[in-house]
Amino acid sequence: MGATYGLVVAVFLASVVEAVEALTIVMAMGMTRGWRSAWAGTAAAAVALAAFTAAAGYALATWLPKTALQLTVGALLLVFGLQWLRKAVLRGAGLKPRHDEEAAFAEQTAAARGAGPATRLGLDWFAFTVSLKGVFLEGVEIVFIVITFGTSAHDVPVAAGTAAAAAVCVAVAGFFAHRPLSRVPENTLKYGVGLLLASFGTYWAVAGLGVFTADGTSLAWFGRDWAIPVLIAAWFVVTRLLIRIAPALARRPDRTGPNGIEEAP
Amino acid sequence: MTVLRLVKGFARFWYAFLIGDDWKIAASVVSVLLVGAVALCAGAAPGGWLAVLLGLLLMAGFGAVLLLDVARRNRR
Repeated sequence: MGATYGLVVAVFLASVVEAVEALTIVMAMGMTRGWRSAWAGTAAAAVALAAFTAAAGYALATWLPKTALQLTVGALLLVFGLQWLRKAVLRGAGLKPRHDEEAAFAEQTAAARGAGPATRLGLDWFAFTVSLKGVFLEGVEIVFIVITFGTSAHDVPVAAGTAAAAAVCVAVAGFFAHRPLSRVPENTLKYGVGLLLASFGTYWAVAGLGVFTADGTSLAWFGRDWAIPVLIAAWFVVTRLLIRIAPALARRPDRTGPNGIEEAP
Repeated sequence: MTVLRLVKGFARFWYAFLIGDDWKIAASVVSVLLVGAVALCAGAAPGGWLAVLLGLLLMAGFGAVLLLDVARRNRR
């Protein structure tokens, strides 16, 4: 049960973060080059992502025994989640600029205005390919989380449905706002998702080590699923400590401005 | 040539996707899991305690790698 709640929360938050980034790209293309090509690119990416999710999810769930699956997806989630946590710690410590959706939008619109006209299959090829690539690359991260969480919790449909719901929420919000969703606290959300990915990854990867025992049963944590909130709390404490220690270790004056952007010395 | 470039691009994408900016984090995770597998096979500790120990080792490994990276960046 705990795994299912965690699955829904982690997938929803991760999907919101990635969908906001994808929306910025699609909006930049739509507003500068035309909505038809931007939506065509988005639709093509969505079809590719759905096919990828179905194929990879089926393959993982069918070919691997339970403990091997836990070990594989746990290790992948852990490595992937620790990347998110690493960036969150560096941002929290003022050693890496925070992600800024307005700046990303300005960069994308400038690139779209600078690109020459090119029409293929009746579509603005620049808007189509940039939207396709942007949505696909952001979407692969969502798919990865959907597959790993979904297969481990034996609930790929719930994971996929949650991701789709998050994408729809972001698209609707973007439609009404008609601008990038820069007010979504992306950096905080990324930190939260990183904590969830690392905690569930730790739980499943260690449990999956049971594949090396004679009977092949999962290694049991004390308290079973209740170990997950404890792991989340532990990862939170570790990362807060790192956020405090890292700037001191960098041995330089903090040149990060109030919005997290590094200022000139 | 085109196929080779595609394969290279595919491999580079997955490396960046899974391993990311700091390969040492992935290496520390794999090392701890290997230690866990060996300890489990050797019957070195009861399951519950081994799980706790491995969890702590994973956190310590991540912290050590991240701080090492910060310190090294500063020396550059």
